Amino acid sequence: MKPMRKLSTSLALVLLVVAALIAGPAAAQSLNVDIVGGLKTATPIAVVPFAQAGGEPLATDVADVMRNDFNRSGKFRSLAKSEIVETPSKGADINFATWRLLKQDYMVVGRVIDAGGGSLRVEYELWDVNKQQSLLAQAFTAPVGDLRGVAHQIADQIYEKITGVRGAFWTRIAYITAVGLGNNTTYALIVADSDGYNPQVVARSRESLLSPAWSPDGRKIAYVSFESGNSAIYVQDITTGSRQLVSARSKGINGAPAWSPDGSKLALSLSYQGNPEIYVMDLASRQETRLTNNLAIDTEPRWTPDGQSIIFTSDRSGRPQLYQMPASGGGADRITFQGQFNANASISYDGKQIAMVQGNGNVYRIAIMDRSLGGQVRFISPGPIDETPSFAPNASMLLYAASEGRRGVLYAVSADGLVRQRLVLSDGDVREPAWGPYRER
Amino acid sequence: MNKTIRVALVALLCVGAAACSKKQEVKPQPQPEPQPMTQPAPTSNKFTPADLDTDACLRQRVVYFDFDKDVIRPEFEQIMQCHAKYLQDRPMAAIRLEGHTDERGTREYNLGLGERRGNAVSNALQANGGSASQLSVISFGKEKPVCREHNEDCWAKNRRVEIIYTAK
Repeated sequence: MKPMRKLSTSLALVLLVVAALIAGPAAAQSLNVDIVGGLKTATPIAVVPFAQAGGEPLATDVADVMRNDFNRSGKFRSLAKSEIVETPSKGADINFATWRLLKQDYMVVGRVIDAGGGSLRVEYELWDVNKQQSLLAQAFTAPVGDLRGVAHQIADQIYEKITGVRGAFWTRIAYITAVGLGNNTTYALIVADSDGYNPQVVARSRESLLSPAWSPDGRKIAYVSFESGNSAIYVQDITTGSRQLVSARSKGINGAPAWSPDGSKLALSLSYQGNPEIYVMDLASRQETRLTNNLAIDTEPRWTPDGQSIIFTSDRSGRPQLYQMPASGGGADRITFQGQFNANASISYDGKQIAMVQGNGNVYRIAIMDRSLGGQVRFISPGPIDETPSFAPNASMLLYAASEGRRGVLYAVSADGLVRQRLVLSDGDVREPAWGPYRER
Repeated sequence: MNKTIRVALVALLCVGAAACSKKQEVKPQPQPEPQPMTQPAPTSNKFTPADLDTDACLRQRVVYFDFDKDVIRPEFEQIMQCHAKYLQDRPMAAIRLEGHTDERGTREYNLGLGERRGNAVSNALQANGGSASQLSVISFGKEKPVCREHNEDCWAKNRRVEIIYTAK
């Protein structure tokens, strides 16, 4: 029995990778799943292709979107489509013996029904294979064009039901693309689904864009643009496209915007007074408060989830390290001690984990420091030039940027570092990922 | 006899010596000639905009730095001096110093590092006689690399401050 299980497990993994490779180059936005370690802890789940009752063939395979979500999370190992031999669409039609033989713990069945007026009704059921017990039975009605969104929301509900943690598949990501070379490079701020699909251009520039930061309500993005010659900070509404200039001092850097958890303030790094210092700007009054005062580079501020502290990068002790200070200002304490270079923090929703870029020699990797474990650090990316970690809102995964040859690419990685997926988003250079907050239906 | 011979000899020697000393009087004249070629006349040594294209020192407009450093290496001191002199000679001239870094490290930190390098060049130019009002600094961090390989040769080319004349 045991070797059999191992065999089928490794077969499933091989098929998963092969399927991903075959699907890979076909579409410009396709995805590669790169399994970098064992998945002994991943829960097997079978997502049966959803039946379709009436209407034209759909562009979106709901089950396929869900399978990719589950696999990317590292928490689940979904049965490859090619191994799915029976296709029940209702719990009553499930032959549990088949799925027990396939070593599946859970299974999802469902159907897509034409609801008229360009809408679809998607019904699904989650079953515990061993207990032959229904765990969830829900339905969504949505426009045809939002079928991927529905699939992500179903995946979120299932993820939460089984793991007890809210799913974050139905979220969006922001990133920067640079297309072309030298003076012909054009930059774009893009917003896409968490799996890289449905990319939408939010802003374009002939000069560099960087440091996109989501407002806590997910409606706006603050970012840095060099379009006026020097760096300047803008806040843009991603739905209406309207934007505000927040900071454009002609002298020095206007950089590193970060929203306070309540969305009322932006922390910034400005150098008009000589060298980069951390400031907090009240967005309603535009009043600025300076928080740091020394000769070092102080930048990349991030608010802790309680809004009480700001963690930032400073080289006041020589090379860059992370420091923490009260959000109202005051003394800063160094919080990173392992590694020559630590910068660009991303803080998990519960404040317990801090992801950062850690550089040792010429190798820069994404490291996560677990504050509940006495500052112990683990690496979740291989390097050598990895940067810009960004936690998903449930901290189950992160995005980061890496270099492949002369171009930048984005990776989604499970928080344990065991499952890594390259998001193939664009022909150009892709960088500066930022994972958006939860969305509200 | 001996005396007359001696006198004659002395006279001959004197003639020879005179002839020699006459030649020597002519010779010193070419000597000052090379001197004005190596030492320009103090009255006409101000730089003009044309020198930006022809002067070997002024044509050098990039200062390179060591990793994570903003110290100006000794080999660039001469460049600091000639550009500072240009600024002194041409009070209406202005320079924008564009600071850059290699790809290692984060984008925002590198904006800070690029600015620090730009400030280091600005300070050196001021120390050599340039005026702060003629100098501005902008940092592009690692946003504008001139080389995109992931190795030290390339990184060394990217760690730089570019001296851009916005007014000549």
